[in-house]
Amino acid sequence: MIGSQLFSDSMHLPTLPLAGFWFGDSATATAENVDKVFGIITWICIAFFVLVVGMMIVFIVKYRARPGHVEQPSPSHNNALEIIWSVIPILLVALIFFLGFNGFMDMRTPPADSYDIQVIASKWNFTFQYPNGASSPVLHVPPDRPVRLVQQSADVIHSLFIPAFRIKQDCVPGRYTYQWFTAHTPGEYDLFCAEYCGLDHSNMNSYVKVHESEAAFQEALAELSKPPVWGPDWGEKLWREKGCKTCHSNDGSAIVGGGPTWKDLWDKEETMADGSKVTVDHDYILESIRKPQAKIVGGYQGVNMTAYPESLVKPAEVDAIIAYIQYLSDAYDGPTKEEAEAAAAAAEEGGEATDGGGSEAAADDQPAADEASESSESTDEEPAAPEAGEEE
Amino acid sequence: MIATPAQIEQGTSHDEKNYLNVSSGFASWAFTLDHKRIGIMYLVGIAVSLLLGGIFALLVRLHLWYPAGGMFDAKTYNEIFTLHGAIMVFLFIIPSVPASLGNFFLPIMLGAKDVAFPRMNLASFYLWVIGAIFFVSAMLISGLDTGWTFYTPYSVETSTAPVVCATMGVFILGFSSIFTGLNFVVTVNTMRPPGMTWFRMPLFLWSLYATGIIQLLATPVLGITVLLLGLEATLHIGIFDPKYNGDPVLFQHFFWFYSHPAVYIMILPAMGVVSELLPVYCRKHIFGYKFIALSSVAIALLGFLVWGHHMFVSSQSALTAVIFSGLTFSVAIPSGIKVFNWLATMYKGNLYLTTGMCYVLSFLFLFTIGGLTGLHLGSLATDVALHDTYFVVAHFHYVMMGGSLIAFIAALFHWWPKMFGKMYNETWGRISALLVFVGFNLTFFPQFLLGSLGMPRRYASYEGREGFPVSETMLQQFTALHRVSTTGAMILGVGLFIAAGTLIAALYYGRRAPRNPWGGATLEWTCQSPPIHHNFHETPTVGDPYIYANLEWDPDLEGYKPLPPASPTPAHEQEPVG
Ligand SMILES: [Cu+2]
Ligand SMILES: [Cu+2]
Repeated sequence: MIGSQLFSDSMHLPTLPLAGFWFGDSATATAENVDKVFGIITWICIAFFVLVVGMMIVFIVKYRARPGHVEQPSPSHNNALEIIWSVIPILLVALIFFLGFNGFMDMRTPPADSYDIQVIASKWNFTFQYPNGASSPVLHVPPDRPVRLVQQSADVIHSLFIPAFRIKQDCVPGRYTYQWFTAHTPGEYDLFCAEYCGLDHSNMNSYVKVHESEAAFQEALAELSKPPVWGPDWGEKLWREKGCKTCHSNDGSAIVGGGPTWKDLWDKEETMADGSKVTVDHDYILESIRKPQAKIVGGYQGVNMTAYPESLVKPAEVDAIIAYIQYLSDAYDGPTKEEAEAAAAAAEEGGEATDGGGSEAAADDQPAADEASESSESTDEEPAAPEAGEEE
Repeated sequence: MIATPAQIEQGTSHDEKNYLNVSSGFASWAFTLDHKRIGIMYLVGIAVSLLLGGIFALLVRLHLWYPAGGMFDAKTYNEIFTLHGAIMVFLFIIPSVPASLGNFFLPIMLGAKDVAFPRMNLASFYLWVIGAIFFVSAMLISGLDTGWTFYTPYSVETSTAPVVCATMGVFILGFSSIFTGLNFVVTVNTMRPPGMTWFRMPLFLWSLYATGIIQLLATPVLGITVLLLGLEATLHIGIFDPKYNGDPVLFQHFFWFYSHPAVYIMILPAMGVVSELLPVYCRKHIFGYKFIALSSVAIALLGFLVWGHHMFVSSQSALTAVIFSGLTFSVAIPSGIKVFNWLATMYKGNLYLTTGMCYVLSFLFLFTIGGLTGLHLGSLATDVALHDTYFVVAHFHYVMMGGSLIAFIAALFHWWPKMFGKMYNETWGRISALLVFVGFNLTFFPQFLLGSLGMPRRYASYEGREGFPVSETMLQQFTALHRVSTTGAMILGVGLFIAAGTLIAALYYGRRAPRNPWGGATLEWTCQSPPIHHNFHETPTVGDPYIYANLEWDPDLEGYKPLPPASPTPAHEQEPVG
């Protein structure tokens, strides 16, 4: 799915006939510089390797023990020679150090006008938050504009790694870290967690979408800031994207190292590790998201779920998750999908959604989803924010 | 270094009781103070560890044949790679050469009867056994999944019992290592024989001496680190876990302050082995003795100043990263010097391609690649891209396995006749060397490519998660390269089994070994094969350990014997190092 349009820009640079072979796509100037440094180091390595192994092979052929061949005298030390083969490598590594240092300082110095995107790493998901409040598990970026990632971790150390940009920086709990890039080639590029973070480390991947233009990027952001309309659908999306899925199944199956399934969980009486009984209701689910260690169901003591504060799961999202859990237990009693969609369509038509009661109005208007959009009813009467249905 | 005729007890000596048959029964081994028997017991323990670690390695490789992971669930895979790394590092490589071969040969090369503190030596072995039991049982019973590096806060919040158990094991193993190091340092300082000045010491001893210094200075820090980790996991003292106002990156500083020098605990003895074997099989004086000897010490000291290169992307400051990068390059120089010296030793020699020599040549090839690719990782800009990818995995396997393990096998073939008095089958030995060499490169070279393409380490699968598949090009490249690597690992595994089989078969079917099958000039070749309980009847005096002109091949003995002392060495031919 992630298209790799250009094999490698860096291949056109004279110093790097190797980079195309060694590396994949490169989509930033930083990546091209890294490839250049990599190419220079690799050529130095190849030169030394050929020298060492070449001499080794020549010596093996020439001096191998065979009838009539004996060792010949030669000095067993030679200061001039030893100094030469100490000093030449010193000069070369000094050069390599300088190149690496130079590139690194560029990588560590974001331009002053960078566009900040917040990154929250948690087990086992990256959440990217944009200045307009939208958030997404995919990193959307504009082309040709410096982007600075402001990184945090909600639990253990993770590391955000984008191979095509040749950049990587750990996300460390308890502090902010930064990295930046200017992507010049639109496309989609793989993104990985590079620091081992437990059970699902290998599935903590995503991708970067470098948009075709600033306008396309802004459009995507606007799209992202619209929450899905129907509670259970939204809940399922969150289940998929926030990492819930890794530990909680939706079909009753048990996940090794994970937590209880969400199937038929609503209203269930669970026995806690300390023997007390708890009924799964709104408060219990909220608490289990915000403070997972507060009440642990018997048998799951060894599992360490990450706590999800409001920065990671917003109150409305908790509502959606609850709606989804209810839905999985046939206990969902909010608006139907059609009702919610109709209401949302109506709201869209009206241009803005404000708070208010009267969600029944939307329900009454039902069969006519298209009608609703045609008749362009005023939003004052048709608020129907998607959350409306889930608020009990 | 041929000495007085008194030591040259040809003939009758074969009938004399050696250290293996001088006494028998369980107690004679369990309570032995003989450094040779302790060395053999260590060798058995280390071999079992290598087998275990190797099996886990093969499981890891087989699992990665399929992008989704072919054999285990993610949890089991995480435990398996942890077991592989932890066993290989703590139970195999760190003690490998010093504790087994070092214990056996250090006193003999010094012409001594034993190490300075024989009881401490035995204690060190028992600590190793206890540590190993703690370690392995903790991991097998309850599943340790932290990786061998125990990074916080993950290690503090994953299940506590195995972490505490395993770190206790590491703590105890650390003391075992300290005891060995202390013993070697004191022995070399105080028990050198008459005539053996510092610069007439075999280079193997120089490397063990340098290793001992690192073991003494660095291992206590490991002890402190794992103790604090255990306290954090159980009592939440608030040092490494941000939840209790600790700093997770502090743990990395602590950990690498030991674990980088530990890299030199692993590689210096291997370099010593190469410096010892190469001149013997080339029949040439080692080139640049002083540079090699002093570079060992330089590596030992500089090795303490570079730990931060493991943390360039950990959130340490840019300035710190720059300083550590600079210091890291400084430690590359002494290693490079050694490689050139080894090459120069081969110049105009007469190269015998015995199994030992084949492994030494293999070492030179692999270690050169391992060392050179360290440049990509020491350089800041490229490390940011390569850190925590398979490039790093390939690099340290080229150094640790292509270096330490290959040198360890070379040393086993070289000294096996001395240790057990039996010759191995040279053909099978060479076949094993070839398979190991080919298999090794097939296994690990593709991993450099994998890493450059962006394949992160410690991944149980590489197809991505539902909804976020890894891009098609990458998936294809990853799959192909992983499969080459797995195929190579199988060949490597077969090669290692043949090597082990060749050595074990020699014990049963090998012909009796002469005193000096290879024409070595260090002291161990003057005593009986296998050595008598006290090694020597009287303390030998020694000269230059790398002059071979005084030895000649004797077809009757099928080994070398010293020329009569009357024949003088032409002074210009092999000048001793002074
Ligand atoms: Cu992660
Ligand atoms: Cu290091």
